[in-house]
Amino acid sequence: MRFLLRRVLFYALTAWAAITINFFIPRLLPGDPVTALMGRMQGRIDSQAEHSLRVLFGLDQDTSMGQQYVEYWGLLLRGDLGLSFTHFPTPVADIVNQSLPWTVGLVGVATIIAFVIGSLVGTFLGWRRGTWADGLLPVATFFQAVPYFWLGLITIAVLSVNLGWFPSSGSYDRGLVPEFTGEFIGSVIYYGFLPALTVVLSSVAGWVLGMRNMMVTVSSEDYVTVAHAKGLAERQVILGYAARNAVLPQVSSFALSLGFVVGGTLIMEMVFSYQGIGYALYQAVSTHDYPLMQGCFLVITLSVLVANMVADLAYALLDPRTRTEDR
Amino acid sequence: MNPTDTSTTTTSDPVLEVRNLSVDYGFGDDPTHVLREVSLTLNRGEVLGLAGESGCGKSTLAYAATRLLPPPGLITGGEVWLTGRDGKRADLLALSDADLRAARWRDIAIVFQGAMSSLNPVFRVEKQLIDGIAAHRPGMRRDEARERAAELLRLVGISADRLRSYPHQLSGGMRQRVMIAMALALEPQVLIMDEPTTALDVVMQRQILEQVMELRERLGFSVVLITHDVSLLVEVADRIAVMYAGEIVETAAARDVYARPRHPYSAGLLGSFPPLHGPRRELVGIPGAPPDLSKRPPGCPFAPRCTHAMDVCRVELPSLGPTAQDEPGRLVACHLHSGAPVGAELPDLVAR
Repeated sequence: MRFLLRRVLFYALTAWAAITINFFIPRLLPGDPVTALMGRMQGRIDSQAEHSLRVLFGLDQDTSMGQQYVEYWGLLLRGDLGLSFTHFPTPVADIVNQSLPWTVGLVGVATIIAFVIGSLVGTFLGWRRGTWADGLLPVATFFQAVPYFWLGLITIAVLSVNLGWFPSSGSYDRGLVPEFTGEFIGSVIYYGFLPALTVVLSSVAGWVLGMRNMMVTVSSEDYVTVAHAKGLAERQVILGYAARNAVLPQVSSFALSLGFVVGGTLIMEMVFSYQGIGYALYQAVSTHDYPLMQGCFLVITLSVLVANMVADLAYALLDPRTRTEDR
Repeated sequence: MNPTDTSTTTTSDPVLEVRNLSVDYGFGDDPTHVLREVSLTLNRGEVLGLAGESGCGKSTLAYAATRLLPPPGLITGGEVWLTGRDGKRADLLALSDADLRAARWRDIAIVFQGAMSSLNPVFRVEKQLIDGIAAHRPGMRRDEARERAAELLRLVGISADRLRSYPHQLSGGMRQRVMIAMALALEPQVLIMDEPTTALDVVMQRQILEQVMELRERLGFSVVLITHDVSLLVEVADRIAVMYAGEIVETAAARDVYARPRHPYSAGLLGSFPPLHGPRRELVGIPGAPPDLSKRPPGCPFAPRCTHAMDVCRVELPSLGPTAQDEPGRLVACHLHSGAPVGAELPDLVAR
């Protein structure tokens, strides 16, 4: 129990630090949203309107950083992330709510697929080490080294532009109304296929290599030899003894990578113009949209923290040795 | 320590017979010969000690005989005949994979060196005891298997509530007892123990070995005990085989080896451990180091370290044969015995 309490306390402290940094960093950026807006509109806004814009955005009040910080916490606790400057007057919470499911759905599913396929292939390669299977390793290393946005551009060039099999951007057919129908879901899957393929291709190799190397390490452990000596079936030794233990470090990095799903897809969403949280963040940064930026950062930070917590719990669940910390 | 008769060796009823077993390490044109035509017989109810320095091939012999040898180890020849409970004899090295799996643990079980690492850290003791039983008795009900597991733990003096423990919650001694319990799960005929007590303290070593010997009396299995500790073997083993550089250089009843080692290497091994009884004497090691098996010179591999080496030792490999005195039940591979005329005075090998 003390173990759990300590973890919770640790995460609370981390969350506080993250939110605080999240508050200050945008305010330390040079420039302000009104100037940026004026610049974007290229003189179509009268300079007289500048003041009214400041009033509108609440930038006229001369409150100190400290005061703002306290207010920020108050709003945050009520779930109010403020109004977006660029999509005024849409609340940031709405934008986040709209874009988050797309990212989580697309990249989350792709990450899970990559993890499962990668670990299974890695198990096989590790078990068959020293045979022809080792020939697949250079291929895996190649895919691990390729940056995924480049891979994304290549898939667009080949499968979308040249062959025309898949759309190159967007997340569903704009002619459809978003609702739970087979047609719409089919469209989402069709549009999401290329980005998902990119994510899977670029991350599966890491899982393969990690799992394969752990399998090689674990296979020479004494308890695997004992399992053989006991006369257990080959499959039982591979899955029950070797892979069961080899997957432990994989699981913790899997939980961590789930945390980076929300934040790590910015470039992929830009390449595919996918309406996820990364794209929203990109827009927010380029338009000095502080509230949206903070909202996106907050979601990203919290998801990393939650993923860490899940990793901790999963590890404690899978490896009894970590549980004895509180004895 | 008095010269007694050797009739204590059991009647010839071999349960495990290793014939001309050869093992190479490394593939390609120039593999290292780690075991060279090793032959060994374990009789029913017997404790056979296998002694020798590190790297002499003791463990390789155990792994090869059970086909557990990891690559790059390669069995290049030989046979391992195991007599099953039903009296049928089978060559383990020629069995199909399925038959081999069936024979493992049921007929021949192993306790490995690493008490600490032989148990899977993420499973409870119970599961690890049961899955071996379940693999061989698929019809067995789960609660029956669990009852059997509890019984096994009690057999080695661990209370049954330890079934729910994870390996890291047990001490080193307990873990090795669990391994022994696990090995006895299917009442095997042969128990191979590969340095079962190296990781444990001396008191624990003794307790565990005594327990195994007691269980052996009760359950009637045969034991191959592999260790470098000859003084331990002298106490618990019926017969001892001394290995050097991948060959067996001497086999005899334990007390004979102790009282009258016939191979200079056996004598050297005995001289390296404090005596069990009698006055203290100075410990003398064996000068030099075991040979590099990949660069084996012709002749006797022990010759460079042997104080009795003769010219013939450096050119001709001695073969395992009767001693110069032609004692029954003893074999030795040494030119002191093969070359010397029968009845000639042998140099006193034991400084006692």
